[in-house]
Amino acid sequence: MSVEKEHFQQIQKLVRWLTVTVVVFLIVTVVFVVYQHTSDQVIEPNFDSKIIVDPSKVQGAPSSELGHRSKFDSPKRIATYATASRTPLEDLQGTITPSDLHFERHHAGIPEIDPAQHELLIHGLVEKPIRLKLSDLKKYPSVSRICFIECSGNFRYGKREMTPGEVCGLTSQSEWTGVLLSTILRDLGVKPEAKWLLAEGADGALMARSVPLQEALTEAIIAYGQNGEAIRPAQGYPMRLVIPGFEGNTQIKWLRRIEVTDEPVMTREETSKYTEKVKDGKIRMMSFVMDARSIVTYPAYPKKIEKGWQELRGIAWSGRGKVTKVLVSVDNGKTWQEAHLQGPVLEKAHTAFKYMWNWDGKPTRVLSKAIDETGYEQPTYNQLVEARESRGGYHFNPVVGWDIEKSGEVYLADIKDI
Amino acid sequence: MIKTGAIHIMLACVVICLTYCNRADHISAVTQVQRHEANWSDGLAAYEATWPDKFEIGKSADKSFIAKWDIDVRPDGKGLPKGEGRAKNGAAVYQNKCASCHGVNGYEGPEDKLVTDSTGRNTIGNYWPYATTIFDYVRRAMPFEAPGSLTDQEVYDITAYLLYLNGIIEEEFVITEKTLPQVEMPAKKRYVLDDRRGGPEIR
Repeated sequence: MSVEKEHFQQIQKLVRWLTVTVVVFLIVTVVFVVYQHTSDQVIEPNFDSKIIVDPSKVQGAPSSELGHRSKFDSPKRIATYATASRTPLEDLQGTITPSDLHFERHHAGIPEIDPAQHELLIHGLVEKPIRLKLSDLKKYPSVSRICFIECSGNFRYGKREMTPGEVCGLTSQSEWTGVLLSTILRDLGVKPEAKWLLAEGADGALMARSVPLQEALTEAIIAYGQNGEAIRPAQGYPMRLVIPGFEGNTQIKWLRRIEVTDEPVMTREETSKYTEKVKDGKIRMMSFVMDARSIVTYPAYPKKIEKGWQELRGIAWSGRGKVTKVLVSVDNGKTWQEAHLQGPVLEKAHTAFKYMWNWDGKPTRVLSKAIDETGYEQPTYNQLVEARESRGGYHFNPVVGWDIEKSGEVYLADIKDI
Repeated sequence: MIKTGAIHIMLACVVICLTYCNRADHISAVTQVQRHEANWSDGLAAYEATWPDKFEIGKSADKSFIAKWDIDVRPDGKGLPKGEGRAKNGAAVYQNKCASCHGVNGYEGPEDKLVTDSTGRNTIGNYWPYATTIFDYVRRAMPFEAPGSLTDQEVYDITAYLLYLNGIIEEEFVITEKTLPQVEMPAKKRYVLDDRRGGPEIR
């Protein structure tokens, strides 16, 4: 009996403790909820969301001197080597490359140049050789132009897991501001025998290229502005040559000297580099202009797509003028359709193209090819190999394709199979 | 009679006018949008016409300043300083300042091969069209860790040594501002100027 009573008392004690615990818990909860409702605390939105804070219920960050990207969106250059990095074409919207995502290519690193110590010497076959500081350059009438700059060694392939940026991310587009070279040379008086100019940089490589004067005089800009601000150090601060449509290497960064001459200097960069092997054992040199080219940037590796309507997107460009047409194929080249070109279409500029496509979920291959105002049609890899008897090198601009698998995964197509 | 005729003519004119004006096809359904060329040079010529004849900006560059900066060397020898380069002397400079990147014999790397070997990779001997480019480039940009630090004498000697290693000159051949432009490079005959011209042909 006493044992039973003891048991009963123990149970009673336990129940009492439990009751007390529950009551305490309830009180704490009620107090917490009341506190939440009565205080200025942020209230969680009552729908399933990853948003921790409802931005419409708090004050945002104050204004600041410099803007920054959203922490939820951070495109990065593909910086595999110390001497080059590529623009992530697949992460960009529109056609202007943000300056900090402009591709880099340098032969002796990026110099740090104080514009107060920097001068541009223009001499040679001119009546009046001149030394210009950045502040002098800014006194001339200015010009702005949107155009692409592309390295002529801008094609990589070899595995399926490659992004558009990895394939041909050595091209970027900016609005360049500066003074036309012709404006300055008009002042200096060019001698009649002048046919070439040598442009030289102030970097450790004293990078130098010869450029035909006639072409340079029509369009070349000595630029100091890029997308509304000073040129970035990696793009040639404080001044660089911009020759729209020409291969990137001729557009000398950190420009410190221009010599007007009657003959090309035949620097290392225009003989042992930036020349390409072509048929009959020949080597082609002075290949300045970038031929027309395009690439689909969506859908592309590493994206995965779903069955249904998609906007196929990409960029096309030509160093010889305007892109007049971009043809896309969503059936591995059996049929080709004309893509919509986003206007205004500019000369020698990245041009966005789009095509609405209803993917039926079956494996296929998407391709694009650019046609420019000269009637040039972007060739396939096999056409280039046949024409040049060479399997690569500079100025290789083949049609690129993307294989869409049943799962919706997208991979770089075998270039030899296009 | 004349009055009635005039009224008739006037009425006819009004009718013709009204009919013509009311013709549905006279007013096009879609107004042609004026296409703006949007070229970078739009209006530039008119703007240029407002410029002064001379800007007179910057500082004139005198001969001594230009001489200090004008370092390029052309295939015809223009720009070469007076000097004599010997392969034997170049060997010592090369081992000291070049071999760590280009290999003891000029083809072991890790950087660019300078001397032709069995791999067929591009070298001075099989790919460079002008001997003067060696002088220009070495003086301009080498050695990699101390660009522009070589004396003209060292550059001459290295140039002679690299030409000798590639079998282009004899070891005793003296490279001078006169002889260097005359050195015939084996690859020169392979070079052609760009023949791409746009249009449908693939080159």
